[in-house]
Amino acid sequence: MVTRGFTGRPSGSELSERIPPGQHLVENFPVLTAGPTPRIEPADWTFTLKVGPRPVKIWNWSEFNALPRTRMTRDIHCVTSWSKLNTAWEGVTIDDILADAGMSAPTPFALAHCYDGYSTNVPLADLAAGKAMVALNYEGQPLPRDHGGPARLLVPHLYFWKSAKWVNGLQFTERDEAGFWELRGYHIYGDPWREQRYRND
Amino acid sequence: MSATTSGWQSCAIVEIASRTPAIKSFFLRLTEPFDYKAGQHVDVRLTGPDGYTATRSYSIASAPSGSDLIELAIERLADGEVSPFFHDVAQVGDMIELRGPLGGHFLWPGRTENPVLLIGAGSGVVPLMAMIRYRQASAEPVPVALLLSSRTSFDVLFRDELLELERSLPDFALALALTREPATRRTDFSRRIDPPMVADVAARLPAAPRSVLVCGSNPFVEAATDAALALGVEAGAIKTERYGI
Repeated sequence: MVTRGFTGRPSGSELSERIPPGQHLVENFPVLTAGPTPRIEPADWTFTLKVGPRPVKIWNWSEFNALPRTRMTRDIHCVTSWSKLNTAWEGVTIDDILADAGMSAPTPFALAHCYDGYSTNVPLADLAAGKAMVALNYEGQPLPRDHGGPARLLVPHLYFWKSAKWVNGLQFTERDEAGFWELRGYHIYGDPWREQRYRND
Repeated sequence: MSATTSGWQSCAIVEIASRTPAIKSFFLRLTEPFDYKAGQHVDVRLTGPDGYTATRSYSIASAPSGSDLIELAIERLADGEVSPFFHDVAQVGDMIELRGPLGGHFLWPGRTENPVLLIGAGSGVVPLMAMIRYRQASAEPVPVALLLSSRTSFDVLFRDELLELERSLPDFALALALTREPATRRTDFSRRIDPPMVADVAARLPAAPRSVLVCGSNPFVEAATDAALALGVEAGAIKTERYGI
Protein backbone atom coordinates (compact mmCIF):
# COMPACT_ATOMS: atom_id res chain seq x y z
CA MET A 1 0.00 0.00 0.00
CA VAL A 2 1.52 3.33 -1.05
CA THR A 3 1.48 5.84 1.79
CA ARG A 4 -0.02 9.14 0.66
CA GLY A 5 2.64 11.82 0.47
CA PHE A 6 5.61 9.61 1.37
CA THR A 7 8.50 9.72 -1.05
CA GLY A 8 11.29 8.37 1.16
CA ARG A 9 14.89 9.32 1.26
CA PRO A 10 16.90 8.95 -1.95
CA SER A 11 19.72 6.46 -1.51
CA GLY A 12 22.80 5.82 -3.60
CA SER A 13 22.03 3.03 -6.03
CA GLU A 14 25.41 1.35 -5.62
CA LEU A 15 24.79 1.06 -1.87
CA SER A 16 21.11 0.21 -2.00
CA GLU A 17 21.80 -3.35 -3.12
CA ARG A 18 23.71 -3.88 0.11
CA ILE A 19 20.77 -2.76 2.25
CA PRO A 20 18.19 -5.47 3.04
CA PRO A 21 14.46 -4.68 2.71
CA GLY A 22 13.03 -2.42 5.41
CA GLN A 23 16.50 -1.27 6.54
CA HIS A 24 18.06 2.20 6.42
CA LEU A 25 21.71 3.23 6.57
CA VAL A 26 23.29 4.81 9.62
CA GLU A 27 26.74 6.29 10.05
CA ASN A 28 26.82 6.05 13.84
CA PHE A 29 26.78 2.79 15.79
CA PRO A 30 23.55 2.64 17.81
CA VAL A 31 23.50 0.84 21.15
CA LEU A 32 20.48 -1.30 22.05
CA THR A 33 20.53 -3.41 25.19
CA ALA A 34 17.71 -4.85 27.27
CA GLY A 35 19.31 -4.14 30.64
CA PRO A 36 22.24 -2.48 32.41
CA THR A 37 25.63 -2.62 30.69
CA PRO A 38 27.73 -5.24 32.49
CA ARG A 39 31.20 -4.32 33.75
CA ILE A 40 33.59 -7.22 33.09
CA GLU A 41 37.32 -6.79 33.59
CA PRO A 42 39.46 -8.84 31.20
CA ALA A 43 41.17 -10.36 34.27
CA ASP A 44 37.79 -11.79 35.33
CA TRP A 45 36.67 -12.84 31.85
CA THR A 46 36.41 -16.48 30.81
CA PHE A 47 34.94 -18.28 27.83
CA THR A 48 33.39 -21.72 28.32
CA LEU A 49 32.72 -24.23 25.56
CA LYS A 50 29.95 -26.66 26.51
CA VAL A 51 28.35 -29.73 25.01
CA GLY A 52 24.88 -29.82 26.51
CA PRO A 53 25.36 -29.21 30.25
CA ARG A 54 29.00 -30.38 30.20
CA PRO A 55 31.87 -27.85 30.01
CA VAL A 56 34.59 -29.17 27.74
CA LYS A 57 37.06 -26.29 27.82
CA ILE A 58 37.44 -22.94 29.57
CA TRP A 59 39.80 -20.19 28.40
CA ASN A 60 40.84 -17.18 30.46
CA TRP A 61 41.51 -13.81 28.83
CA SER A 62 45.19 -14.37 28.08
CA GLU A 63 44.64 -17.91 26.83
CA PHE A 64 41.84 -16.74 24.56
CA ASN A 65 43.93 -13.87 23.24
CA ALA A 66 46.68 -16.33 22.30
CA LEU A 67 44.37 -18.06 19.80
CA PRO A 68 44.74 -17.29 16.07
CA ARG A 69 43.28 -13.91 15.11
CA THR A 70 41.05 -13.24 12.13
CA ARG A 71 39.90 -9.92 10.71
CA MET A 72 36.62 -9.43 8.89
CA THR A 73 34.94 -6.31 7.50
CA ARG A 74 31.19 -6.75 7.13
CA ASP A 75 27.86 -4.95 6.76
CA ILE A 76 25.64 -5.36 9.83
CA HIS A 77 21.86 -5.16 10.12
CA CYS A 78 19.85 -4.52 13.28
CA VAL A 79 16.24 -5.70 13.55
CA THR A 80 15.29 -2.18 14.69
CA SER A 81 15.91 -1.27 11.01
CA TRP A 82 19.36 0.30 10.91
CA SER A 83 22.19 -1.07 8.80
CA LYS A 84 25.83 -0.08 9.00
CA LEU A 85 28.30 -0.84 6.22
CA ASN A 86 31.96 -1.87 6.34
CA THR A 87 32.33 -2.51 10.06
CA ALA A 88 35.83 -3.86 10.83
CA TRP A 89 36.28 -6.56 13.45
CA GLU A 90 39.07 -8.74 14.77
CA GLY A 91 38.71 -11.82 16.88
CA VAL A 92 38.79 -15.59 17.04
CA THR A 93 36.66 -17.62 14.63
CA ILE A 94 34.42 -20.35 15.98
CA ASP A 95 36.47 -22.76 13.82
CA ASP A 96 39.65 -21.79 15.67
CA ILE A 97 37.92 -22.08 19.06
CA LEU A 98 36.81 -25.62 18.22
CA ALA A 99 40.26 -26.49 16.84
CA ASP A 100 41.92 -25.31 20.05
CA ALA A 101 39.52 -27.48 22.01
CA GLY A 102 40.55 -30.39 19.78
CA MET A 103 37.03 -31.18 18.71
CA SER A 104 34.62 -30.85 15.86
CA ALA A 105 31.13 -29.55 16.47
CA PRO A 106 29.13 -32.30 18.19
CA THR A 107 25.64 -31.05 17.25
CA PRO A 108 24.19 -28.80 14.51
CA PHE A 109 22.91 -26.16 16.99
CA ALA A 110 24.42 -23.80 19.53
CA LEU A 111 23.41 -21.22 22.11
CA ALA A 112 25.68 -18.29 22.92
CA HIS A 113 25.61 -17.29 26.60
CA CYS A 114 26.51 -13.91 28.09
CA TYR A 115 27.47 -12.23 31.35
CA ASP A 116 24.16 -10.40 31.62
CA GLY A 117 22.11 -13.59 31.31
CA TYR A 118 21.38 -12.96 27.64
CA SER A 119 21.45 -15.87 25.22
CA THR A 120 20.81 -16.41 21.53
CA ASN A 121 20.71 -19.46 19.30
CA VAL A 122 22.69 -19.84 16.08
CA PRO A 123 22.93 -22.96 13.93
CA LEU A 124 26.40 -24.44 13.50
CA ALA A 125 26.19 -23.79 9.76
CA ASP A 126 26.11 -20.05 10.52
CA LEU A 127 28.99 -20.21 13.01
CA ALA A 128 31.50 -22.42 11.17
CA ALA A 129 33.51 -22.03 7.96
CA GLY A 130 34.72 -18.57 8.90
CA LYS A 131 31.23 -17.09 9.10
CA ALA A 132 31.37 -16.03 12.76
CA MET A 133 33.82 -15.07 15.46
CA VAL A 134 34.17 -13.99 19.04
CA ALA A 135 35.19 -10.39 18.38
CA LEU A 136 37.69 -8.67 20.65
CA ASN A 137 38.45 -5.54 18.59
CA TYR A 138 36.30 -3.09 16.67
CA GLU A 139 37.87 -0.66 14.18
CA GLY A 140 41.33 -1.50 15.51
CA GLN A 141 40.50 -0.82 19.17
CA PRO A 142 39.47 -3.05 22.07
CA LEU A 143 35.72 -3.54 21.89
CA PRO A 144 33.99 -0.74 23.88
CA ARG A 145 31.98 -1.86 26.89
CA ASP A 146 28.62 -0.66 25.55
CA HIS A 147 29.21 -2.60 22.33
CA GLY A 148 29.86 -5.80 24.26
CA GLY A 149 33.44 -5.42 25.46
CA PRO A 150 35.56 -7.20 26.28
CA ALA A 151 34.13 -9.76 23.84
CA ARG A 152 31.01 -10.30 21.73
CA LEU A 153 29.82 -12.87 19.28
CA LEU A 154 29.82 -11.63 15.67
CA VAL A 155 27.47 -13.34 13.20
CA PRO A 156 27.27 -10.49 10.70
CA HIS A 157 24.96 -12.12 8.14
CA LEU A 158 22.10 -12.47 10.65
CA TYR A 159 20.17 -9.69 12.43
CA PHE A 160 22.50 -8.20 14.99
CA TRP A 161 20.69 -9.47 18.10
CA LYS A 162 22.40 -12.78 17.22
CA SER A 163 25.79 -11.09 17.73
CA ALA A 164 25.54 -11.41 21.49
CA LYS A 165 27.36 -8.81 23.59
CA TRP A 166 29.44 -9.74 26.68
CA VAL A 167 29.63 -13.33 25.48
CA ASN A 168 31.10 -15.85 27.91
CA GLY A 169 30.31 -19.18 26.37
CA LEU A 170 29.06 -21.30 23.52
CA GLN A 171 26.90 -24.32 24.24
CA PHE A 172 26.16 -27.00 21.67
CA THR A 173 22.60 -28.27 21.95
CA GLU A 174 20.78 -31.28 20.51
CA ARG A 175 17.89 -29.12 19.31
CA ASP A 176 17.57 -25.54 18.10
CA GLU A 177 16.73 -23.90 21.45
CA ALA A 178 15.36 -20.36 21.49
CA GLY A 179 17.38 -17.68 23.30
CA PHE A 180 16.37 -14.43 25.02
CA TRP A 181 14.72 -12.50 22.18
CA GLU A 182 13.65 -15.64 20.34
CA LEU A 183 11.56 -16.50 23.42
CA ARG A 184 10.10 -12.98 23.36
CA GLY A 185 8.63 -12.97 19.90
CA TYR A 186 11.65 -12.60 17.64
CA HIS A 187 12.46 -14.93 14.75
CA ILE A 188 14.27 -18.17 15.52
CA TYR A 189 16.81 -17.62 12.69
CA GLY A 190 16.85 -13.91 11.76
CA ASP A 191 17.95 -13.57 8.14
CA PRO A 192 17.81 -9.85 7.22
CA TRP A 193 17.51 -10.57 3.49
CA ARG A 194 14.32 -12.54 4.14
CA GLU A 195 13.16 -9.98 6.75
CA GLN A 196 12.88 -12.62 9.45
CA ARG A 197 12.27 -10.12 12.23
CA TYR A 198 9.50 -11.71 14.26
CA ARG A 199 8.32 -15.22 14.96
CA ASN A 200 6.01 -15.74 12.01
CA ASP A 201 7.94 -13.78 9.38
CA MET B 1 6.03 -14.13 28.17
CA SER B 2 5.85 -13.94 24.45
CA ALA B 3 4.60 -11.41 21.98
CA THR B 4 1.97 -12.29 19.48
CA THR B 5 2.97 -11.05 16.10
CA SER B 6 0.24 -10.51 13.63
CA GLY B 7 0.57 -9.29 10.09
CA TRP B 8 0.48 -5.80 8.68
CA GLN B 9 -2.76 -3.89 8.91
CA SER B 10 -3.80 -0.57 7.48
CA CYS B 11 -5.07 1.89 10.08
CA ALA B 12 -6.68 5.31 9.77
CA ILE B 13 -5.30 8.32 11.60
CA VAL B 14 -8.36 9.59 13.46
CA GLU B 15 -6.78 12.41 15.46
CA ILE B 16 -3.50 14.32 15.64
CA ALA B 17 -2.63 16.26 18.79
CA SER B 18 0.38 18.53 19.33
CA ARG B 19 1.95 17.54 22.64
CA THR B 20 5.17 19.55 22.83
CA PRO B 21 7.07 21.71 20.31
CA ALA B 22 8.67 18.51 18.93
CA ILE B 23 6.16 15.77 19.70
CA LYS B 24 2.74 15.01 18.27
CA SER B 25 0.36 12.22 19.21
CA PHE B 26 -1.25 10.18 16.44
CA PHE B 27 -4.39 8.25 17.30
CA LEU B 28 -4.84 5.27 14.98
CA ARG B 29 -7.91 3.07 14.63
CA LEU B 30 -6.89 -0.57 14.37
CA THR B 31 -8.71 -2.45 11.64
CA GLU B 32 -7.73 -5.71 13.34
CA PRO B 33 -7.72 -4.83 17.05
CA PHE B 34 -5.14 -6.62 19.21
CA ASP B 35 -4.50 -7.03 22.91
CA TYR B 36 -1.23 -5.57 24.07
CA LYS B 37 0.71 -5.00 27.25
CA ALA B 38 1.85 -1.64 28.55
CA GLY B 39 5.38 -1.09 27.25
CA GLN B 40 4.96 -2.81 23.89
CA HIS B 41 5.51 -1.15 20.51
CA VAL B 42 4.33 -1.37 16.93
CA ASP B 43 6.30 -1.29 13.71
CA VAL B 44 5.10 1.35 11.27
CA ARG B 45 5.82 0.97 7.55
CA LEU B 46 5.65 3.76 4.99
CA THR B 47 5.71 2.89 1.29
CA GLY B 48 6.74 5.25 -1.49
CA PRO B 49 5.26 5.26 -5.01
CA ASP B 50 8.30 3.28 -6.26
CA GLY B 51 7.79 0.56 -3.66
CA TYR B 52 10.52 1.84 -1.34
CA THR B 53 9.63 1.18 2.29
CA ALA B 54 10.78 2.71 5.57
CA THR B 55 10.00 0.93 8.83
CA ARG B 56 10.33 2.29 12.35
CA SER B 57 9.28 1.12 15.80
CA TYR B 58 7.09 3.34 17.98
CA SER B 59 6.03 2.61 21.55
CA ILE B 60 2.33 2.62 22.29
CA ALA B 61 1.43 5.46 24.66
CA SER B 62 -2.15 4.40 25.32
CA ALA B 63 -3.00 1.88 28.03
CA PRO B 64 -4.40 -1.51 27.07
CA SER B 65 -8.14 -1.05 27.41
CA GLY B 66 -9.86 -3.15 24.77
CA SER B 67 -10.31 -0.07 22.59
CA ASP B 68 -9.50 -0.25 18.90
CA LEU B 69 -7.66 3.10 19.18
CA ILE B 70 -3.96 3.31 19.95
CA GLU B 71 -1.90 6.41 20.59
CA LEU B 72 1.62 6.83 19.23
CA ALA B 73 3.59 9.89 20.37
CA ILE B 74 6.20 10.66 17.74
CA GLU B 75 9.10 13.06 18.15
CA ARG B 76 10.20 14.92 15.05
CA LEU B 77 13.85 14.10 14.37
CA ALA B 78 15.47 16.74 12.17
CA ASP B 79 17.39 14.22 10.08
CA GLY B 80 14.68 11.59 10.24
CA GLU B 81 12.90 9.94 7.38
CA VAL B 82 9.69 8.73 9.00
CA SER B 83 9.06 11.21 11.83
CA PRO B 84 9.12 14.29 9.52
CA PHE B 85 6.51 12.53 7.37
CA PHE B 86 4.25 12.16 10.39
CA HIS B 87 4.78 15.78 11.52
CA ASP B 88 4.69 17.54 8.18
CA VAL B 89 2.62 15.37 5.82
CA ALA B 90 0.31 12.99 7.65
CA GLN B 91 -3.29 14.12 8.11
CA VAL B 92 -6.42 12.80 9.76
CA GLY B 93 -7.93 10.21 7.44
CA ASP B 94 -4.60 8.95 6.08
CA MET B 95 -4.07 5.20 6.19
CA ILE B 96 -0.90 3.97 7.90
CA GLU B 97 0.43 0.41 7.81
CA LEU B 98 1.49 -1.06 11.13
CA ARG B 99 1.87 -4.35 12.89
CA GLY B 100 2.06 -5.43 16.47
CA PRO B 101 2.06 -5.68 19.35
CA LEU B 102 5.81 -6.26 19.49
CA GLY B 103 8.37 -6.60 22.26
CA GLY B 104 8.14 -9.10 25.09
CA HIS B 105 10.62 -7.65 27.58
CA PHE B 106 10.11 -3.96 28.38
CA LEU B 107 6.75 -4.54 30.05
CA TRP B 108 4.79 -3.38 33.07
CA PRO B 109 5.62 -5.98 35.75
CA GLY B 110 2.02 -6.24 36.98
CA ARG B 111 0.45 -8.77 39.33
CA THR B 112 2.66 -7.66 42.19
CA GLU B 113 2.52 -5.04 44.89
CA ASN B 114 6.23 -4.32 44.65
CA PRO B 115 7.13 -0.69 44.02
CA VAL B 116 8.11 0.23 40.48
CA LEU B 117 10.55 3.00 39.54
CA LEU B 118 10.15 4.43 36.05
CA ILE B 119 12.90 6.64 34.60
CA GLY B 120 12.58 8.32 31.21
CA ALA B 121 13.98 11.14 29.14
CA GLY B 122 12.13 13.13 26.51
CA SER B 123 9.95 10.90 24.33
CA GLY B 124 11.32 7.96 26.33
CA VAL B 125 8.36 8.50 28.61
CA VAL B 126 6.00 7.03 25.99
CA PRO B 127 6.11 3.34 27.03
CA LEU B 128 6.26 4.44 30.68
CA MET B 129 3.12 6.54 30.15
CA ALA B 130 1.31 3.44 28.89
CA MET B 131 2.31 1.76 32.17
CA ILE B 132 1.16 4.66 34.34
CA ARG B 133 -2.13 4.91 32.46
CA TYR B 134 -2.59 1.15 32.83
CA ARG B 135 -1.74 1.39 36.53
CA GLN B 136 -4.42 4.05 36.95
CA ALA B 137 -7.06 2.24 34.94
CA SER B 138 -6.45 -1.19 36.46
CA ALA B 139 -6.25 0.09 40.06
CA GLU B 140 -3.53 -2.48 40.76
CA PRO B 141 -2.09 -1.52 44.16
CA VAL B 142 1.40 -0.92 42.79
CA PRO B 143 3.31 2.13 44.04
CA VAL B 144 4.95 3.93 41.13
CA ALA B 145 7.47 6.75 40.92
CA LEU B 146 8.35 8.44 37.63
CA LEU B 147 11.55 10.42 37.14
CA LEU B 148 11.26 12.25 33.82
CA SER B 149 14.04 14.32 32.32
CA SER B 150 13.20 17.00 29.75
CA ARG B 151 14.84 20.18 28.53
CA THR B 152 12.16 22.61 29.71
CA SER B 153 8.71 22.31 31.22
CA PHE B 154 7.27 22.85 27.72
CA ASP B 155 9.11 19.76 26.54
CA VAL B 156 7.58 17.52 29.21
CA LEU B 157 5.49 15.08 27.22
CA PHE B 158 2.05 14.47 28.83
CA ARG B 159 2.84 17.19 31.40
CA ASP B 160 -0.72 18.18 32.29
CA GLU B 161 -1.87 14.59 32.53
CA LEU B 162 1.10 13.63 34.70
CA LEU B 163 0.53 16.57 37.05
CA GLU B 164 -3.15 15.62 37.33
CA LEU B 165 -2.24 11.97 37.99
CA GLU B 166 0.13 13.08 40.72
CA ARG B 167 -2.79 14.84 42.41
CA SER B 168 -5.35 12.08 41.87
CA LEU B 169 -3.41 8.83 42.09
CA PRO B 170 -2.39 8.12 45.69
CA ASP B 171 0.51 5.76 44.98
CA PHE B 172 2.09 7.81 42.20
CA ALA B 173 5.05 10.14 42.68
CA LEU B 174 6.28 12.43 39.90
CA ALA B 175 9.66 14.11 39.68
CA LEU B 176 10.72 16.20 36.71
CA ALA B 177 14.38 16.85 35.94
CA LEU B 178 14.65 19.97 33.77
CA THR B 179 18.03 20.35 32.13
CA ARG B 180 17.68 23.79 30.52
CA GLU B 181 15.53 25.83 32.88
CA PRO B 182 15.05 26.08 36.63
CA ALA B 183 12.34 23.86 38.06
CA THR B 184 9.56 25.69 39.88
CA ARG B 185 8.19 22.79 41.91
CA ARG B 186 9.99 21.85 45.11
CA THR B 187 9.78 18.17 44.19
CA ASP B 188 11.50 18.64 40.81
CA PHE B 189 15.14 19.05 39.86
CA SER B 190 17.06 21.59 37.76
CA ARG B 191 19.87 19.39 36.49
CA ARG B 192 20.73 16.27 34.53
CA ILE B 193 20.08 12.88 36.09
CA ASP B 194 22.58 11.74 38.72
CA PRO B 195 22.71 9.08 41.46
CA PRO B 196 21.49 11.34 44.33
CA MET B 197 18.48 12.31 42.20
CA VAL B 198 17.58 8.68 41.52
CA ALA B 199 18.02 7.87 45.22
CA ASP B 200 15.77 10.81 46.16
CA VAL B 201 12.99 9.71 43.81
CA ALA B 202 13.28 6.03 44.80
CA ALA B 203 12.91 7.11 48.44
CA ARG B 204 9.45 8.52 47.61
CA LEU B 205 8.28 4.93 47.17
CA PRO B 206 7.01 3.13 50.30
CA ALA B 207 9.75 0.50 49.90
CA ALA B 208 12.82 -0.04 47.77
CA PRO B 209 11.91 -0.51 44.08
CA ARG B 210 11.83 -4.14 43.01
CA SER B 211 11.51 -3.27 39.36
CA VAL B 212 13.13 -0.41 37.43
CA LEU B 213 12.29 0.48 33.82
CA VAL B 214 14.42 3.02 31.98
CA CYS B 215 13.83 4.50 28.52
CA GLY B 216 15.82 7.16 26.71
CA SER B 217 19.05 7.79 24.84
CA ASN B 218 21.95 5.46 25.49
CA PRO B 219 23.94 7.92 27.67
CA PHE B 220 20.81 8.69 29.71
CA VAL B 221 20.02 5.01 30.18
CA GLU B 222 23.62 4.33 31.24
CA ALA B 223 23.44 7.11 33.85
CA ALA B 224 20.07 5.92 35.13
CA THR B 225 21.00 2.24 35.35
CA ASP B 226 24.31 2.99 37.06
CA ALA B 227 22.38 5.01 39.64
CA ALA B 228 19.82 2.22 40.12
CA LEU B 229 22.57 -0.36 40.55
CA ALA B 230 24.23 1.91 43.11
CA LEU B 231 20.96 1.86 45.08
CA GLY B 232 21.27 -1.89 45.32
CA VAL B 233 18.69 -2.84 42.69
CA GLU B 234 19.67 -6.15 41.11
CA ALA B 235 20.75 -5.94 37.47
CA GLY B 236 18.11 -8.51 36.55
CA ALA B 237 15.38 -6.23 37.93
CA ILE B 238 16.35 -3.34 35.62
CA LYS B 239 14.91 -3.28 32.13
CA THR B 240 16.01 -0.76 29.55
CA GLU B 241 14.87 0.49 26.21
CA ARG B 242 17.27 2.68 24.26
CA TYR B 243 16.70 4.82 21.22
CA GLY B 244 19.96 3.44 19.92
CA ILE B 245 21.72 6.80 20.04
